[in-house]
Amino acid sequence: MLSQKTKETLLGPLNVNNPVVVQILGICSALAVTVQLKPALVMGIAVTIIVAMANVIVSLIRNTIPMRVRIIVQLVVVAALVTLVSEILKAFAYDVAMQLSVYLGLIITNCILMGRLEAFAMTNKPWDSFLDGLGNGLGYALILVIVAFVRELFGAGQLLGFQVIPQSFYDFGYENNGMMLMPAMALILVGCVIWAHRAYNDKEAK
Amino acid sequence: MKLNTNSNIYTFVYMTVVVIIVAVLLALANQALKPLQEANIQLDKQKQILGALKVDFANGNPEQIYQELVMDTIRIANPKDAAKDSLEIYRFSIEGDIKYVLPLSGKGLWGGIGGYLALNADKNTIYGVNFNHEGETPGLGAKIVEIEFREKFENKKIFKDNQLVSVAVLKKGKTCAAGEEYQVDAISGATITSAGVSTMLETNLAEYAAFLNDRPAEQVIVEPIKEEEE
Repeated sequence: MLSQKTKETLLGPLNVNNPVVVQILGICSALAVTVQLKPALVMGIAVTIIVAMANVIVSLIRNTIPMRVRIIVQLVVVAALVTLVSEILKAFAYDVAMQLSVYLGLIITNCILMGRLEAFAMTNKPWDSFLDGLGNGLGYALILVIVAFVRELFGAGQLLGFQVIPQSFYDFGYENNGMMLMPAMALILVGCVIWAHRAYNDKEAK
Repeated sequence: MKLNTNSNIYTFVYMTVVVIIVAVLLALANQALKPLQEANIQLDKQKQILGALKVDFANGNPEQIYQELVMDTIRIANPKDAAKDSLEIYRFSIEGDIKYVLPLSGKGLWGGIGGYLALNADKNTIYGVNFNHEGETPGLGAKIVEIEFREKFENKKIFKDNQLVSVAVLKKGKTCAAGEEYQVDAISGATITSAGVSTMLETNLAEYAAFLNDRPAEQVIVEPIKEEEE
């Protein structure tokens, strides 16, 4: 169904080419929205949709863009899409829009978007660009979900807002780790993910 | 002839066209979605007010429940600037009792915070409260919206010896001069948001002073109970 190359375009960013843990892009928002699982999930989905769409649009007009102002054109495309998505969310999913609040607007400044537009969409066909955007968005979402899972579980004893660590644990003296709620802990966790990822892939390579 | 995509004229025209297209697109989207968005904002406001009044709307139509309970809107002149919009106070009838709902707005750590304070007919005892925020830290400051924090305000008082004192949000262990009835515990780890809630209550209640200080006949019934408690 998919050729080897397109498969790599789509699945590469999930593992060997992951935007967060290999290219170290989009770290700032990964720290901000990962205290709980739900905003991390919605953020991951929003970024996936926007990066895929922006990739397609920029790829379609790539031959007409004047080279000197290409970054500005990319930025205009991304900003327009983000504004559009936030307007649509406010009209049809008001609760989610409120939950994401400022982070939604901050997608504009997410380095993954500019990175993919500049590195891939400017030189590739729309379909490949779409797959690349999808793969990178999902790769970003994956790391966000891993970090948010650990932070919400150990920081609040909950997952998606539901209590998962039973009350009996607390009765025995178990306590939630307040450190997990601090942004610094997200950075340490991302570091741990990078470590595990490198260790695994180096072994595979040998 | 092939277009020179790097010429100044081309760049200028290209950018102008791109910006105009995007502007038109966004303006259209905004216009088309505005009625839906405003309906959402209105519905959200009604849900928040119902939350402050502790009315369960999970199994019903919030808009309908709101319309059934609301009596009228009292408007008082804005004490800071009479030319500005008047302040609104909503009067509700809950199980035969009159409740007043006061909209609140203030500042948190990262952005604005707001809420609705529901007072009993004596304009002194807090019946319920609801808070909202633009972007407080999830798991910390954002906890002000949770019931565990909000229910601490119930049955607290805002008047002491006919003086408006508001309710202070204080760190555990600290006590306010007015006494237990006028304070609630802050959220640990969210010092600035908690202080923001405290300041919001104080400044907003002061603005409503003209309304709150006007406590006629009902006060006669309330006073003896208050003395017993003291």
